[in-house]
Amino acid sequence: MTARIGVVTFPGTLDDRDALRAARLAGAEPVSLWHRDKDLKQVDAVVLAGGFSYGDYLRAGAISRFSPVMETIIEQAKAGMPVLGICNGFQILTEAHLLPGAMLRNNHLHFICRDQKLRVENAETAWTSDYTRGQEIEVPLKNMDGRYVADERTLDELEAEGRVAFRYLDVNPNGSLRDIAGITNAAGNVVGLMPHPEHAVEPLIGTGKTDGLGFFTSILKKLVNA
Amino acid sequence: MLPSSGGRPPYPRAFDTVKHASETPDSEQPWKELGLKEDEYARIREILGRRPTGAELAMYSVMWSEHCSYKSSKVHLKQFGEKTPENDAMLVGIGENAGVVDVGQGYAVTFKVESHNHPSYIEPYQGAATGVGGIVRDILAMGARPVAVVDPLRFGAADHPDTKRVLPGVVAGIGGYGNCLGLPNIGGEVVFDSCYQGNPLVNAGCIGVMKHEDIHLAKASGPGNKVILYGARTGGDGIGGVSVLASETFDDTKPTKRPAVQVGDPFQEKLLIECTLEIFQEKLVAGIQDLGGAGLSCATSELASAGTGGMRVDLEKVHLRDATLSPEEILMSESQERMCAIVEPQHVDRFLEICEKWDVIAVVIGEVTDGERLEIFWHGEQIVDVPPRTVAHEGPVYHRPFARPEWQDALQADDAGKLPRPQGGAELKDQVLKLVGSPNQASKAWITDQYDRFVQGNTVLAQPEDAGMVRIDEETNLGVAMATDGNGRYAKLDPYTGAQLALAEAYRNVAASGAKPLAISDCLNFGSPEDPAVMWQFAEATRGLADGCLQLGTPVTGGNVSLYNQTGEVAIHPTPVVAVLGVIDDVDRRTPIAFAEEGQLLYLLGDTKEEFGGSAWSEVIHQHLGGMPPAVDLDREKLLGEILISASRDGMIDAAHDLSDGGLVQAVVESCLRGGNGARLVVPDGLDAFTFLFSESAGRAVVAVPRSEELRFTDMCGARGLPATRIGVVDGDAVEVQGEFSASLEELRAAHEATIPGLLA
Amino acid sequence: MARVVVDVMLKPEILDPQGQAVQRALPRLGFDGIADVRQGKRFELEVEGPVDDAALARIHEMAETFLANTVIEDFTVRVESTETAGASS
Repeated sequence: MTARIGVVTFPGTLDDRDALRAARLAGAEPVSLWHRDKDLKQVDAVVLAGGFSYGDYLRAGAISRFSPVMETIIEQAKAGMPVLGICNGFQILTEAHLLPGAMLRNNHLHFICRDQKLRVENAETAWTSDYTRGQEIEVPLKNMDGRYVADERTLDELEAEGRVAFRYLDVNPNGSLRDIAGITNAAGNVVGLMPHPEHAVEPLIGTGKTDGLGFFTSILKKLVNA
Repeated sequence: MLPSSGGRPPYPRAFDTVKHASETPDSEQPWKELGLKEDEYARIREILGRRPTGAELAMYSVMWSEHCSYKSSKVHLKQFGEKTPENDAMLVGIGENAGVVDVGQGYAVTFKVESHNHPSYIEPYQGAATGVGGIVRDILAMGARPVAVVDPLRFGAADHPDTKRVLPGVVAGIGGYGNCLGLPNIGGEVVFDSCYQGNPLVNAGCIGVMKHEDIHLAKASGPGNKVILYGARTGGDGIGGVSVLASETFDDTKPTKRPAVQVGDPFQEKLLIECTLEIFQEKLVAGIQDLGGAGLSCATSELASAGTGGMRVDLEKVHLRDATLSPEEILMSESQERMCAIVEPQHVDRFLEICEKWDVIAVVIGEVTDGERLEIFWHGEQIVDVPPRTVAHEGPVYHRPFARPEWQDALQADDAGKLPRPQGGAELKDQVLKLVGSPNQASKAWITDQYDRFVQGNTVLAQPEDAGMVRIDEETNLGVAMATDGNGRYAKLDPYTGAQLALAEAYRNVAASGAKPLAISDCLNFGSPEDPAVMWQFAEATRGLADGCLQLGTPVTGGNVSLYNQTGEVAIHPTPVVAVLGVIDDVDRRTPIAFAEEGQLLYLLGDTKEEFGGSAWSEVIHQHLGGMPPAVDLDREKLLGEILISASRDGMIDAAHDLSDGGLVQAVVESCLRGGNGARLVVPDGLDAFTFLFSESAGRAVVAVPRSEELRFTDMCGARGLPATRIGVVDGDAVEVQGEFSASLEELRAAHEATIPGLLA
Repeated sequence: MARVVVDVMLKPEILDPQGQAVQRALPRLGFDGIADVRQGKRFELEVEGPVDDAALARIHEMAETFLANTVIEDFTVRVESTETAGASS
């Protein structure tokens, strides 16, 4: 028995095929979801993949957030369905207020693509249980609007509740406050991060490391054992 | 009656019909302002048997421009067809949007490099962005899914203020567009030279993959088939851009000649790609063409010309962004992100449905007819009635005079070998640090980190590797590799040899990555063809390239020519950029440049001679350009390539780096920094340290061999007759040349990586 | 038709590197005396029908939920003209 992991394609989504591949390599059944359909095809979890949905016009993620598929996803996420937002997916999750804060233009104003070291700060979410707390991983990072911001009170709350899931190590590549690379909601089912674990799932491709596979094996174990 | 909207001469604004043209044979026409020569205008009148209408004049002028018709270069480009080597891989050759080669397992690969030089000087961001967009649509129009892009770039002096305007804009434009399309950027080059001041070269390449049966061609056949224009709305972008912009040098006294900048919308292009691929998958098109330079004029005339000839278009059906455009302007518009498809009537509904799914506007604007003429109507009145071949494929051909420039002898006599050489280890080390930190040899990570190299999840190698490589089949691990090279300094010293060196270097880079070179595309950047010296450079370079391809067995699949890259009398260095495409059966066997394992043995393959003409050393240390470029031995290149590929396939080497500008020391420093390991080098017998480190002799590579493989590897080189000299070992955290100097990785890294951010960030 | 303008600005406490980049360039270009620059967005809405309280309330809601992200941005709504000139010529 395996689990069905859905990956949404919005107009301008780029990393949907990569996320589907990562789900497949982890042993899950990958399912394509379309932005105009409210139907989630009975998936057990959803990945909002990276890219430039709607060209990042208005604000990154701002237009996708109002698509039909998101109506269902928001409803289901609040009911506990695991949702992972990567890069543009993270931006969509903040725009949809499933996660707090917002993403802004990188502080250096350039697109940045690099192999990024991260520290796993929370290994208890639905998407991070195959990691250990404090583990250092390396996955590609590539974004234009990757600077995580939130007000001080929210940041303090995130820290206090252990909801900072990932922090940048060595280099803060975009000016994110408190080096935050990814966060989770209080229930631990909704996780968003800027770096791209789906690009680090095969030894030959990309960084040459498979540090990102854990996201997909974590969720699979959780769903199959559930 | 002639309704005129007045306004912006010299463009014909009046609503001129075929009927009116026949009745008013003596009307004055602005053929000269549109860039036509007197005899060209006379020929148009002769073809039509009357004066052309405004719309026809617009079409001919733009299609007969240098950029579209290749009128100055055609007679030389012929050689690429005539000297084509025997090669079973070619599926589609020169003349289509892009060439197509067979890479095995039922896959075909199409690739091409194009220039977007002048627009990128005027508006760096949009010029570069639309350059990427254009080449991607070219590849898409062949039926292929675009899988990677590369960008060979040339700028003026690194410390010139205008470079600080042009370069960041170009890089942001390439990134802004390409990243948003989801195409990994896996290679290219960045070169600085004051000869490109005012004439930066922005070349853009793209690779696409398809199955053999999916190859699409740009032709309109089958009377009754519909002509569908789809994609972005048509606006006033770049009207006359191709004709005027690409055919004339810049002249500040004629600002009116500068056309509107074309603005790209990568989001629209991404939708166009996905929509078109879905349309291909359902086999809904009979012919397809992208809209690039010369817009609809080009697409309709080329489609009709390559098909049976007849086509009727109702121009008022074109979806517009600006309702005030005249029919001539609609025909000339270079609005981006548009395609034109020929679709059988029974497929039209499904075609439009797929477009709707992707939020892409699509309109039937006409149909294929059983006649032989391209007929265009505007609100029922005929404004174009031409034989399409005369527009698209039978334009003027010039035999421009060419002559070896007088200064060529003096330049070649100015031997770089006579320049003062470093004395002793300390000076050697000082020059090594200067070299690896010079703008041309320094790390370009600040630039390439602005491009997404990971998207699509198939990137095996990307910059700063010798070649970019992507996997194209996840089951079998089949992959393709590409490298682009073109050393303008070498080509200036000797254009024939320079072009062959560009070919040899790109070939070597692909082989060093472990892939087998299959075919090439080129982007030939030169000055004004009206200057006999430039034309000689062009003639020599094309001859060198054609001869070289014949000898290496790599056919030219297509390419692009950019002329008039000059300011006043001063032309850029002749810059033939060569892109070599290779195939690798299993990407698992690829060879990176990094020296990743301590203890591995370093071997120098090939012969090192005292060759410094056009070298990086002569430029960095002496600001000198003179003498002869390194000699070319293509048989040796071929042998070297075979050894590198065999060694990669059989696991005999763990790293390989080709030697080119900067010589051995540049390659070793790059491989050490990439792997995080140092190297201890010994100067081989018969060489002095300086020549060993800085010579730019061609046909060489440095490889890292695991000790367990040493015997097998040297036996293979010996048996095949390739000189292989053991020069050292991967070890420590410094590059040490025994008895001369030692430079720590830390100081090398500081020198290599600080330069570009220091100049541009 | 009437035109309503919605201006969206980053909240004062949010770092605006684009505005800073503009400000840093000003002295180089010979424009002195500018203490701070912040960059924002302007939306011009051509409204069909009367711009009454109900219409403005809808626009306010649109700005709050869509045009601006109130986590990071503030916005203002104002009526620029009750009669737009049509084509700008």
